[in-house]
Amino acid sequence: MIWNETKECMSRDEMTALQSKRLVKLVDYVYHNVEFYRKKMQSKGLLPSDIKGIEDVTKLPFTTKDDLRDNYPFGLFAVPNSEIVRVHASSGTTGKATVVGYTRRDLDIWAECVARCFTMAGISKNDIMQIGYGYGLFTGGLGAHYGAEKIGAMVVPQSTGNSKKLITMMLDFGATAIACTPSYLLHIAEILEEENLLDKVKLKTAVCGAEPWTDKMRIELENKLHIHAHDIYGLSEVMGPGVACDCEFHKGLHVCEDHFYPEIINSSTMQPEKDNVLGELVFTTFTKEGLPLIRYRTKDLTSIDHTKCECGRTSARIGKFKGRVDDMLIIRGVNVFPSQVEAALLEVQEILPYYMIIVDRVDNLDTMEIQVEVNEKYFADEIKGLESLTKKVAHTVNQALGLNAKIKIVEPHTIDRADGKAVHVIDKRKLY
Amino acid sequence: MIAKQLSVFIENRQGRLGEVLEVLKENKVNIISLSLADTTEYGLLRLIVNNPKLGKEKLSDNGFSTMLTDVLAVKIAHKSGSLQGLLELLSKNGINIEYMYGLSIDGDVASVVLKANDLQKADEILCKNGAETLSNEQILNF
Repeated sequence: MIWNETKECMSRDEMTALQSKRLVKLVDYVYHNVEFYRKKMQSKGLLPSDIKGIEDVTKLPFTTKDDLRDNYPFGLFAVPNSEIVRVHASSGTTGKATVVGYTRRDLDIWAECVARCFTMAGISKNDIMQIGYGYGLFTGGLGAHYGAEKIGAMVVPQSTGNSKKLITMMLDFGATAIACTPSYLLHIAEILEEENLLDKVKLKTAVCGAEPWTDKMRIELENKLHIHAHDIYGLSEVMGPGVACDCEFHKGLHVCEDHFYPEIINSSTMQPEKDNVLGELVFTTFTKEGLPLIRYRTKDLTSIDHTKCECGRTSARIGKFKGRVDDMLIIRGVNVFPSQVEAALLEVQEILPYYMIIVDRVDNLDTMEIQVEVNEKYFADEIKGLESLTKKVAHTVNQALGLNAKIKIVEPHTIDRADGKAVHVIDKRKLY
Repeated sequence: MIAKQLSVFIENRQGRLGEVLEVLKENKVNIISLSLADTTEYGLLRLIVNNPKLGKEKLSDNGFSTMLTDVLAVKIAHKSGSLQGLLELLSKNGINIEYMYGLSIDGDVASVVLKANDLQKADEILCKNGAETLSNEQILNF
């Protein structure tokens, strides 16, 4: 099934014409409504009239997460706050959140994109769909929710944190579709298996995202639960889930190209790469009103393929993600930068500013352990003293990341001190 | 009299306790009594030794987290009920004991090491009530 055949199956020429028209309009819009873009264009000697079509996109400057942070919270919004009907936020590199804002039309388009993705995955109004992403500042829950409502499914706003209830409702309601992170779904599958409930599950389809996962993991999920699993991609800056999704052929994720323009660049030369060459994914949002983005660097490494897919869609497909350009980790769907952990640890005077983050996946749930060394001055010879210190560090980290980490006190000098190039993260998960 | 205890933080992994003892052996630090508190991840080794200062210095040189802790080494009669009496006395006076372990037994006399929330006050109460608290030198000659 195809939700919007006109847009998803357009010929390349028609798509190029539409994108050209939209880019010209977008550049004119941001130039006149966002000081940041105006100044950036002026500093390059660019005028809106210099952008005549999609081929001129490469003349435009890039936008980064730092730009969003520097203009925290609403500096890059192109409309007055009275036009914004919702904000979402994700964690930034320095503890300050990255705030994104949506107009009513933005939310409509978001739901449209998610509807395309869910339809691509074979979900329809006949499905009972559980949304197992967190509802709140994170875009996952509400984003998936409105897309599922748009296609008319019976939506169960499950959110996260209560696997038992999710399983009970999955069985009692006869849920046929679910949206959640792939690791969470594997975790659910394992509980079902342990309790011999797998044959009672009516699930047919899962749309998983918010963290990178491999084909191997998809096949494991499909075999265990007897479902079709699809990969949905998105990031809050660009919109949220629904920027791209893979169809039944699993040959890359179809980008909603009439709304988001994908480019692959070489992050050293900043020049565009050809199709099927690995590089950094960059997005320009054509239609967003609240927070339009020009050439936003996602830092995700992938490649792009513009050929027509067997499913009939002509939209460009991005490949499975191969890693990150920066050191960002995605833990239980939450973006974590080692620098955030470092900043949090510096707040606790009892410990030394050295740390090691160990990320692993236990029973398909991400775990994060942070090893720290105690400042000898504050060393306690009572277990309760060390335990309360551990709790204090855990609390500080939780406040900064919105994520629970296990804190482990290690002996002095066991953590690498090499300046600059020190390894701060050991990721034992095999995500790429 | 307040005594000094040598406390060592050790990660809960194979051979680590032995390495502490190795350092003490090489520097001829003799252990009179010890207690090991353990959690799943780490342990706290508490030692009464003949030369706590040297022990701390050498262990620190070898990369261990160590500290000298004030404790009370209390002499008690080696008979049923004497420890209970000691604890009752402290408890009545609002003193809470953090940890305790046996130090030695010699004929009719025994001794324990204890750490309390208010060590000075505990020492005063004990001495006022006829108990004897030992210094490190006294422990050695005990």
